Amino acid sequence: MTLRFLSGGLTGGRIVMLALLVAAAILVPVLNLALPESHPLHVPTYAVTLMGKYLTYALLALALDLVWGYCGILSLGHAAFFALGGYAMGMYLMRQIGTRGVYGDPVLPDFMVFLNWQELPWYWYGFDAFPFAMLIALAAPGLLAFIFGWFAFRSRVTGVYLSIITQAMTYALLLAFFRNDMGFGGNNGLTDFKDILGFDIQSDATRAGLFAASALALAGGLVIAVAITASKLGKVLIAVRDAESRTRFLGYRVEHYKLFVWTVSAMMAGLAGALYVPQVGIINPGEFAPANSIEAVIWVAVGGRGTLVGPIIGAVLVNFAKSWFTAALPEFWLFALGGLFVFVTLFLPKGIVGLAKSAVQRLRRMREPQTPGRETKTPREMAAARPSEQAAE
Amino acid sequence: MAKAENLLYLDGVSVSFDGFKALNNLSFLIGRNEMRAIIGPNGAGKTTMMDVITGKTRPDEGTLRFDGKIDLTAHDEAEIAGFGIGRKFQKPTVFENQSVRDNLKLALKAPRGPFATLFHRDDAAQRARIDELLATIRLRDRETDLAGDLSHGQKQWLEIGMLLAQDPELLLIDEPAAGMTDAETAATADLLREIARTHSVVVVEHDMTFVRALGVKVTVLHEGSVLAEGSLDHVSSDQKVIDVYLGR
Repeated sequence: MTLRFLSGGLTGGRIVMLALLVAAAILVPVLNLALPESHPLHVPTYAVTLMGKYLTYALLALALDLVWGYCGILSLGHAAFFALGGYAMGMYLMRQIGTRGVYGDPVLPDFMVFLNWQELPWYWYGFDAFPFAMLIALAAPGLLAFIFGWFAFRSRVTGVYLSIITQAMTYALLLAFFRNDMGFGGNNGLTDFKDILGFDIQSDATRAGLFAASALALAGGLVIAVAITASKLGKVLIAVRDAESRTRFLGYRVEHYKLFVWTVSAMMAGLAGALYVPQVGIINPGEFAPANSIEAVIWVAVGGRGTLVGPIIGAVLVNFAKSWFTAALPEFWLFALGGLFVFVTLFLPKGIVGLAKSAVQRLRRMREPQTPGRETKTPREMAAARPSEQAAE
Repeated sequence: MAKAENLLYLDGVSVSFDGFKALNNLSFLIGRNEMRAIIGPNGAGKTTMMDVITGKTRPDEGTLRFDGKIDLTAHDEAEIAGFGIGRKFQKPTVFENQSVRDNLKLALKAPRGPFATLFHRDDAAQRARIDELLATIRLRDRETDLAGDLSHGQKQWLEIGMLLAQDPELLLIDEPAAGMTDAETAATADLLREIARTHSVVVVEHDMTFVRALGVKVTVLHEGSVLAEGSLDHVSSDQKVIDVYLGR
């Protein structure tokens, strides 16, 4: 069934991206683990972890593209879903520490002992089980998105107003998670992780495994996004983006479509956050910061909104630049990021992928200068032939 | 099921925006398979009337019934479209970034829920219906082009085609001939007369030549209520109509 779904949407660039991700999921761990450090093709572990982190950002960008690129919902709060998924994973990892914490309590994480808590709060129950934690990493962002979207889309909040309330949502969560009483480690968040699924979280093999999991999750996310956007539902989403009220008058419940894609996107962002946390080793309220969500919007814009592959490229490139800048010229990074956003908005409205596409088209046109067979005039020629047309309005 | 004789029934409908009465005690009937032209000066309430019928605007008072029993004031746009009321906007509104064929596919009568469309699969009957519509609106050779690349007149036609694809019982058409050449206007009048054989059609229009070509009963709106009703010759000889509209 998936194959039928994909048949319409798997264009050249997407197939290449899927192949690259699957190849990376296999090759990078091999090059890291099987080759000696002296070998020229050896990939050092810090690079594996760094790339794994980029791939989780790319999954967040993909999720954002699904709502922004295809349904016109500009979310300035997508990092909230990412962080919620991250917290679910963080809670699992905290419960794996056991007696190895500073205070050696077999059940309570260190910060709870420090706060003199006597027992585990009910909402921490079950997080010692990995499948449960993963379920919540998807369900918590999904549920928040569903409730938020249910009210926002039903009330027909759109455009910049919706963007502002998404921003308010992530800011409210930031403030809430800062509170020690919330039971999520307050300011410090969750950290000092030891193992995941019984494997040492610091070991090379675990790092390589997490990288492979991130690459495969991103590939899976891309498959789902292609299936959604290539279906008739995807066409309705684009219709909503371009002419919302026309879509309503055709009989579509626009709010149901928005709610569907919004919830799917939030769950995808939650999965990205869950994969991010074990690789960076910490989750704290800073992940809810509005700036993070805005940065994700920039990744999508740079790569190319509404292209699926573009946001993946954008997220990786921008974060690569960020890593380089923050090491070499730390004080200039924010200027570079802002400049990049202005440049892309002014000169590359369709991002890197859009630029590549138009370059390919230009090449093709140069190669075959005359396409025979089509007699139809272009609309511009037709308009020119009938100057009275506009005057009648 | 007994079908009501009158498809659309408006009685004493009033709408005001910030004290301005856009519709003032508006009442009229549209029969089954009737085509009606609605004319009137700017601000007469033509577009507001369409907004009220299609659920975009709620009337302050009055009765709006469709097919005898459905109270249109209690439903939203999507539900009203589902009952069988299709609408064409004054400015042609098509999905510019999608192909002509996809525009028709989106409009085609089919389940409208997200899961129905997610798992939707084209079948031969639907493809054939789209081919038929493409022939009717004379866009067969443009089917793979983006709707945004069509000329103004072609967009108007595509929108009429989308309306037909919905297979509504009542079509509300706002200024279909705006921005069309004389030849296109004549062809559009033919197309609408053809449609009116099996559907009820309400056409709002400024172009008197076009209204004459339609050859149907005319309702003249003025300041939100009906000023005159009858054949075009009858209303154009009405002194009130001449005073407020035609004479100017």
